[in-house]
Amino acid sequence: MADLAIDPRTELNPQLVQGGATYSSVTDKISAITEGKPPRQWYIAMSVAIPLALLLFVCLTYLVTTGIGVWGNNSPVGWGWDITNFVWWIGIGHAGTLISAILFLFRQKWRTSINRAAEAMTLFAVACAGIYPLFHTGRPWRAIYWLFPVPNELLHMWQNFRSPLMWDVFAVSTYATVSALFWFVGLVPDLATLRDRSTNPIRRQIFGILSLGWRGSASQWRHYELAYLILAGLSTPLVLSVHSIVSFDFATSVLPGWHTTIFPPYFVAGAVFSGFAMVVTLMTLARWVYGLESLITMKHLENMCKVMLATGTIVGFAYGTEFFIAWYSANQYERFIFLNRAFGPYAWAYWTMISCNVIAPQFFWFKKFRTSVVAMFVLSIFINIGMWFERFVIIATGLHRDFLPSSWGYFRPTWVDIGTFMGTIGLFLTLFLLFLRFLPAIAISEVKGVLHHQINTEKGVAH
Amino acid sequence: MATSLLAKLALPGYGKDLSKHYAVIGNFDTPEDLLRAIRTARAAGYSKMEAYSPFPIHGVDEALGEPRSPLGRVVLVCGLLGLAAAVLLQWWTGAVDYKLSIAGKPLFAIEPSVPIMFELSVLFGAFGAVLGMFALNKLPTYYHSFFNYSRSAGASNDRFLLAVEATDARFDAGEVTTFLESCGSRHTELVEA
Repeated sequence: MADLAIDPRTELNPQLVQGGATYSSVTDKISAITEGKPPRQWYIAMSVAIPLALLLFVCLTYLVTTGIGVWGNNSPVGWGWDITNFVWWIGIGHAGTLISAILFLFRQKWRTSINRAAEAMTLFAVACAGIYPLFHTGRPWRAIYWLFPVPNELLHMWQNFRSPLMWDVFAVSTYATVSALFWFVGLVPDLATLRDRSTNPIRRQIFGILSLGWRGSASQWRHYELAYLILAGLSTPLVLSVHSIVSFDFATSVLPGWHTTIFPPYFVAGAVFSGFAMVVTLMTLARWVYGLESLITMKHLENMCKVMLATGTIVGFAYGTEFFIAWYSANQYERFIFLNRAFGPYAWAYWTMISCNVIAPQFFWFKKFRTSVVAMFVLSIFINIGMWFERFVIIATGLHRDFLPSSWGYFRPTWVDIGTFMGTIGLFLTLFLLFLRFLPAIAISEVKGVLHHQINTEKGVAH
Repeated sequence: MATSLLAKLALPGYGKDLSKHYAVIGNFDTPEDLLRAIRTARAAGYSKMEAYSPFPIHGVDEALGEPRSPLGRVVLVCGLLGLAAAVLLQWWTGAVDYKLSIAGKPLFAIEPSVPIMFELSVLFGAFGAVLGMFALNKLPTYYHSFFNYSRSAGASNDRFLLAVEATDARFDAGEVTTFLESCGSRHTELVEA
């Protein structure tokens, strides 16, 4: 099956590396980004990202010194924007792992130009996600004793491992660690390339240390390739488990609207959907800033649009299934929660979600939209917004009208909620821009492997 | 014969004790040229060789006669250790050291332990894969004789190198140089250890 996927007729038509590239031109093009001065657009983007990241610092400082009451969370909506943002960021991260691991196992060679940046996106998104539960504890410096089984003199007790929240701690921290390992292993040969090219002795020292003395010898590649394959094989079930476990936070509760078996697959599909939207947003921007049209081709972008269409449709189908099951269950609480979701006080959020997540991706049925960078950029922004609203809708409508009408309420974010959310976007963009500036944003050695395959196919050499 | 050739070529490092040499390195244009050179060299009786390339090339391991990487077994053992660690952690903390009855549920059961068992297996397995790969590749190694080759940077760019090592029983700098050049090497050099 895997061999079918590398059929040159389907894979390399059109070519994945364009513009008459050679091995050295690939090296030059990608390394040059990290060697020269960044373009003006980079400074413009940084001037937006850094103030937002500072806003995050301000909001978190205010939160820690005052208390988590500065957020809008209160009875009955005890989970507000913090968990919404947590799930949203984790979901965004999933596309990176999907591209780097699952598409690798399926021998989808088109992933090579985008996997490095998508993996970086995963790391930064997970870092942003981690901020929310960590600061929701109110005392993040003590959280290590609450979240991890670290023996200590403070509590004299252990965590409850039968709780899905503990599963989540292990899932997310494993995910962050394995993603970082995978990313670093992928970087090692490219860091050696940067080391070998550098003329500045300090730069040479830094990349020399980071590349661990990589030589690219056949005996090194032998273990390296297997390690990469194994990491891809481990990451594939891992990424599916992470969002399944995130959904268990909701699904194992006994609240109507949350207590459903559809949650794990529905959350995973939504995660991939939102993640690909973020990859498209970032890659269209990076392509524009750095002129990477010959490496991130229209074929890459079109394939990502197709993934968004497929996963967006799965998500739409899941929304429909939820309503059907609520009706079919004949449970008045289930029926109420879904009617309230679509027509209650949060109807505006619900229909925003439907428009952005179900209707917006349908444009990708048409090649015209799949091959227009502007159209896919705009639609990807809509999907990012829609997927944020999905999590908000699930959380807010699941909690705001509980079993006792006298305790019904309505969640309103405070300026700290909004500032923290904008702040994590700033942190994410800052980290991503620094990554683009200082590290090879495209996997040099992998692109050369694809190029080799392409050259052989052109020459008609059986491979 | 070897001496006269070396003198003619004026190779860097000529005249020094041959035991202080790492290898003679040949420099090829394409992966196919490199593969052909490896196969020819094997046929000619050389066995201690190392290839350097900017990306992994299929067939090089077979051509060099390298065995399969044992990394898979390392990862399996690490993954099982992770699994055992997860079971022990959840059982000991919950059912032995700090018994906390919640909704009358059993203090330890397999079902609620599965997520963490899975996560720790993956975590330990991933560390096994990365650290195992580093150990097998002896990374980090900040000094290696290969870097004495004047064009070693090519191996991370667009050159495909073949080193016939001085430890080879049949090693003779002059003969190896002639041999690699006959295979199409663009720049052949005797490299110091």
